[in-house]
Parts: sequence; structure tokens; C-alpha cells
Amino acid sequence: MNYKRPKADVVIVGLGWSGSTMAEELTRAGLKVVAIERGAWRDTSTSFPTTRDPDELSGSVRKDILQAPVTETYTVRNKVGQTALPMRKYHNLTLGNNVGGAGTHWAGASWRWLPFDHQPYSHVMQRYGAGQLVDGLILQDWGVTYNDLEPFYDRFEKIAGTSGTAGVINGQRQPGGNPFEGSRTSPYPTPALERSRANVLFAEAATRLGYHPFPVPSAMIGAPYKNALGLNLAPCTYCGYCQLYGCGNWSKSSPNICILPVLMQRPNFTVVTECEVIRINTTPDRKTATGVTFVDSDGNIGEQPADIVITATFTLDNTRLLLLSGISTPYDVASGQGVVGRAFTFQTLSWGFMFFENEYLNPFMNTGALATQIDDFNGDNFDHTGLGFIGGAGIQSLSNQGLPIGMAGLLPQGSPQWGKGWKQAFRKGYQNYAQIQGQGTSFAHREQFLDLDPTYKDRFGQPLLRITFDYNENDRRSGRFIRDKCVEIAREMGATQVGGDSFADRPYSGYTPWDSSHVQGGVVMGEDPRTSVQNRFQQNWDVHNLFVIGASSFPNNAGYNPTVVVGATTLWTAKAIRDLYLKNPGPLVRL
Amino acid sequence: MKRRDVIKGGLVLMATSTLASIYKPAYSKTYVGGTGAWRATPPPPLSVVDASRLVYLTPDEAKLVGAIFDVLIPADELGMGATEAGCVTFLDHQLAGPYGTAAKDYKLGPVVEGLPQQGPQSIMTPAEIYRKGLVELEQAAHAKFNRSFMELSEEQKITFLHGIENGAIAFETLKSEQFFVLLLQNVREGYLADPMYGGNRDMVGWKLVGFPGAIYDYRDWIVSKRGKKIDVHPVSLLGRA
Repeated sequence: MNYKRPKADVVIVGLGWSGSTMAEELTRAGLKVVAIERGAWRDTSTSFPTTRDPDELSGSVRKDILQAPVTETYTVRNKVGQTALPMRKYHNLTLGNNVGGAGTHWAGASWRWLPFDHQPYSHVMQRYGAGQLVDGLILQDWGVTYNDLEPFYDRFEKIAGTSGTAGVINGQRQPGGNPFEGSRTSPYPTPALERSRANVLFAEAATRLGYHPFPVPSAMIGAPYKNALGLNLAPCTYCGYCQLYGCGNWSKSSPNICILPVLMQRPNFTVVTECEVIRINTTPDRKTATGVTFVDSDGNIGEQPADIVITATFTLDNTRLLLLSGISTPYDVASGQGVVGRAFTFQTLSWGFMFFENEYLNPFMNTGALATQIDDFNGDNFDHTGLGFIGGAGIQSLSNQGLPIGMAGLLPQGSPQWGKGWKQAFRKGYQNYAQIQGQGTSFAHREQFLDLDPTYKDRFGQPLLRITFDYNENDRRSGRFIRDKCVEIAREMGATQVGGDSFADRPYSGYTPWDSSHVQGGVVMGEDPRTSVQNRFQQNWDVHNLFVIGASSFPNNAGYNPTVVVGATTLWTAKAIRDLYLKNPGPLVRL
Repeated sequence: MKRRDVIKGGLVLMATSTLASIYKPAYSKTYVGGTGAWRATPPPPLSVVDASRLVYLTPDEAKLVGAIFDVLIPADELGMGATEAGCVTFLDHQLAGPYGTAAKDYKLGPVVEGLPQQGPQSIMTPAEIYRKGLVELEQAAHAKFNRSFMELSEEQKITFLHGIENGAIAFETLKSEQFFVLLLQNVREGYLADPMYGGNRDMVGWKLVGFPGAIYDYRDWIVSKRGKKIDVHPVSLLGRA
């Protein structure tokens, strides 16, 4: 049975961080907003009580909180000519499956990106010239700068209650913070959390080596805080059940605690849950979006007409929705023409793994983002002359795991993985294992892209999205460089056994243990319609009333996590809709 | 026309958003701001699995799994072995549930073998893998030693399982090394998951490494116990299951 819902001013597809942030802005401006969400309603008290949340098996082992591959998955191949195959089991891309999206179960690293990360092309050309770029690399500015975004970074941090130690305020260096960060107008809303033993050892070693350690800004609230929307957030308790768990303490920033309790008081807001949007509808000339079509849980087809369509789904699904809807020109790898699915990036991870002899690292006292970092080798904070690559990584001592099933295989080299020897090795390794993550930049390449799979379909018979990705030469060079830095610091920390790894030295896989979940691009914002899907306001170049928000807009990935940038760019776009678009609906950038 | 369809069909004619919000399919829900009518469906209450009877494995399968598990995690001075800790009960219940049927996996075809980096492509479920794998393991033991795995000496069992682990002892209907990965993963899960799932009796796995269990607040210790030993009796979600 098909049906049509009453027309809304705005329909938002997906109610995670970006969707709920946008909904709050636009309902406050008086618009009638309907959000359509694939997952179910979740609220903290009912869904994540502290009396049942600390359960490793259903949490990070069975991953009950994630969207399952049976609902939708992606096919993957490393290069053109190979046959892409579906990721059949849970993989590294951790999609949310509820109101709140991945913002409910995320680990919580809460970064502003460097000014460089928003204007990498201008910066690299000015400092090094085109000779610094490996063949095929795609590098372009966002059309929006760090300075443009600063007020929105500030606002989003005050919604999230981000904890941290500022490094630069109004151009002035601050003790204990990141000296390389873009200048802030205010300190973090809440103070940095206490450090783990591993963090302390890292900071001491990094300081001896002449680097500049600082606490990683975090979604784990540092002190009782009333956020910008008037909601009370509670201090983090270091319980260690963050990534792939909801937070029952009201102490991890999420749409569920930071935005939705306010949004749900507004009569001009409606969310329709457990309905999957299958396409964006347009007028026959494809110049105007008319709404979206969705499938509800009974299999009925519903339509939600609206004057403005905003898609705020998972990064990859934003690209897929445009391709399924025939909006904008798909990227063609052979010619290099087209934009949808182009400029797709991942994250280049390097690691230092280490074991101590007689430590009590007490790894169970942690948070998803309990980390101390150096940015001395991130972005363009160091001279790349003669190195043959651009970018780098945030290098961090990451205390984010202490749950025993997940650590059962983390043993000193040569230890047996079962039998009596395993019990002894695990007993010792559990208290003596530490890790340094190099969370590296990823730049787009003409041979990395997204399109629709020719073979595999979802449960509704629509094509799955196909990922064609392998690390490029820039990734491999930066990955090895960063790995060696991780190992250098690990040795300085006094570990007796140290190993290093650069994932970019092997073909990309969605199943590499300890790999990232961050993917970006595909619907990028930019200054030129030939190389971007959207203008600097995340407004589609072709369809003026369509805005696709999220990390799909970013043409490169930084040596950081993306969430706060998603929040800031969403607020930037919300302001453009409110102040500019509503007064004069049409293209906000005219060429 | 079903009654539900009538309600939905009528919706098209409704003029106001207030009335439209009445629309409510079976699972999909509509929450309108300001109404106060938004509350999540509570998750099912926690409960301890019933260890008194098998729910998926046959008694013979359970014995064989127990014999394998006790090689992987044996009893010694550091604590009880896997079977005594309840790991077979744990596995039995896991195989009977959504994990056993791989309910969340993408299973649409075509099913073809790919490159290792493309991830597992088999759509065989854990429940099916155990059913076949245990038969194959017994056949392999008979072929090599002319007796059941359970009748081998401790040393023979260890050597034999190394052969399964590295694929030197091959199976016919599935890869022996992949079966081993599953066995090792599941016995660790049973030994280390919350006791309510049937294993980790007396929190033996947590005591092995000093994991405090389902504790939700470490603020008192994050600084005072930094780098120091913490002696605490672990707690599980349902007390001492």
C-alpha cells in the first residue's frame, strides 16, 4: 500500500549527529521538519541503563548496536578490473542503527581539523608546488576555511560539551594544549579527563624526544555541564564501555543526550523511525527536489514531500542515495569526468604495539577517546621537502580497550594463543600491553571511487554501493614514516617488546583488525562544479533545494576523527539555509 | 483490504499534520515533538541461561566440544578449564540464537570466493559449521589415530589441534583452519563473557587477568591507582551467576 505524508518544509534523511543538529537549527527557525530514520527510537534511560550496558559480548563482540550487513552492506574491490564482493559479516565501517546514528555508539574523539585540512591544495601549492603530489592524487580546497568554520566549531563543542585543553586561544599559545591547532575563540567547554598510565608514559617519552603532547579532545564530558541547548551532561566515569556502546551515564556526547531531548519538545518536529529512504524525488528536469520515497517496516512505500531535502545519512549512503536518484553526474574513472562518488578517502593507520614487563596499566579504566597525542607530524606541521608525500598523522597513546575478549589475542610475540601457555601470556599481557596509533591523513586519488555495484542488491532489490579503493603511494609513504615515529616513541616509553605496522603496505580490506571506520567524500563540497557535487554551503550545484551533509562533503581526510567537523559544517550550512536560502530560494553560489 | 491498509489509505485524505501523526505501522513509528509520547521500547530483561539442558548441540557433540575446549583452555593452577567454566553451555546457547544462524549477515548471492582482503564469502552459519566441523574433526582423528579425539592422550590432542589450526589436517566440506578460528574465538568468549551467558563460572576468566567486570565508575581509581595493582572481586551483571 502506497501512501503520502503531509508536505513538510524540510525533510531530513537520517537522524544522527548531522541530521539532529540540522533539525534543531531549522525547527528553531520555525520550519516544519520531518526526519526519516532507518533505525529505531532510542533514549538513554531506557535503552542504555548502566545496569545492563557493561556487557562486552552483546556490545563490542556481537555488535548488537550496529546496523547489520543483512540490512545493507557494501561491495569492495581494490581496483578496476577486479570483481567487487559484498562484506557479508560485520566489518570495520560501524554504522548506527538507531535514532542518534553512529553518534550513539561512537568512541568520541572530538577534533577540530587544522586550517591546512580545509585548504590543502592552496597550502601545498604555495609551500611545495605540484611536484610534491604523487601521480593521480586529487587535492582540492573545500571552499570553506577554518576561519569561516571557527564560530560553528565553537557552537558544536558547546552542544557536545567537549572536554579538552586548549592550545591556542585568540592567537595566544596555552600551556598543555596542542600548539599546532587553529586559533580558538574560547576554551573547551569542559576540562580534559584524567590520563591513563599509558598516556602518562607516552607524554613523558614524547616530551623527552622534543615533541608536544596534549590530551585528545573528547566526547567524554570532563565536568558537570549545561550545554548550549540547556541540557545537563554528567562527568565521565572511565567505565570503558564507549565504542560500540551507548552511554548510560549521560556523559558521552551524543544526539540522544545533547540535542534530541530539546528537539522532541517542538511541535514542528516529527521523526518517523524504522523507515528507509530509497530515493530522492525530483521534478522531471532534475532541477528541484520534491521530497523522498521510503519503505516502512511493513514494506509499504511512503512519500514525504518537502520544499527542502537534506540527506544526513552515513557517508557512503549519501553517495548511494544520489546515485540511486539519478542526481548529479556519476564519476567515470576512465575519463576522470563526473563528480558523484569521486574524491573518496579512507584513513591511513600506522601503529606501534608494545609490551612492558611489570606494569599495572589497568586497561579497563578507559574511555573511547582517552588519548594523549602529538601533532608534530600531522597535517603540514612539519617540513615535507624531500619526503615524497603530503599529510601525516596524529600520533597518540590510545587507552580505549580493556575488555577481556577483545584483548585475549594481544600477547607478546611468540606466545601461544591457547593452552596453558596462553593463560600465562594473557595474564601478563593484559596488564602490560599498550599501543600508539598513528591516525593518518588520506588524500583522494583518481582510482579511488564509489559507484553502484552491477551485481549485488539490497533487501529491496536496489544496487549496493561499490567501493573501489586501495591505498595510494602517498598513503604508503606517509604510513611508513608515521609507523617509524610510533615505534620510536614506544621504545622511548621503556617497553621491552615493540612492534610497528603500516596498514597501507597491504591491500585495503574492510576486515583489518584495529583499522579505522572513517570514510569521507563522494559528495564533496568545493568551488568548481566540475570537481565537486556541492558548493561551499553543501548545496547541490544542480538541485538548489538539496543539501547533502556529513563527511561525504570532505574531499580529503585529516589525521583526525571527523565528527566535530561534521557538526561544524552542518551548523555552517544551517545558517546559510536560515539566513540566505529561505529569503531567496535558489543557488547560493552563482558562477 | 486489510484493516491496517484502510487506516493508511485514509491518511492520504487527512488534511492536518495532527491527524496524520496517528499513522503508525506495525514497527515503524512516528514521534511528534511536544506530545511527550516518546519512549524507547525497553530491551528484554537480563537472564541467566539455563544450563540444565542442551538447546542446539547433541550430547555427543557437546562432549566432543568440551574435550576440544579443555585443550584450548585447560584447568591448571590459574583456574578451572573451559568445560567446568561453562564454555560448552555458552556455545550451545549462542548457536541456538541469532549468532548461530548468522542472522545479521548479508547472504544474497552470487556466492563466490574472493581475495582474502574481501572478507569471508561463505554463507554457512556458525551452527552449520559446528555440525559439519565436529563430524570432520572426528573423522580426521579416526583417520590419523584410529580412535576418537576424546580418547587421545593430552599430547596427541595438542598436536592434532595444531594440525587443524594450521590446515595441515584438512577437512572436506569446510576449511579446518577456519573451524579452528571459530572454536578458539568461541571458547574465549565463553571464558570471558559475563557469566549470565553460561560460561566464566565464578568469573574465573576475569580473575585470570584481573578484570573487575561490570563496574561503571572508576573515578576514585583513575588517578589513585594509576600504575598500581587493584585488588577487587569482580562483579557480573546478575551477581554471581
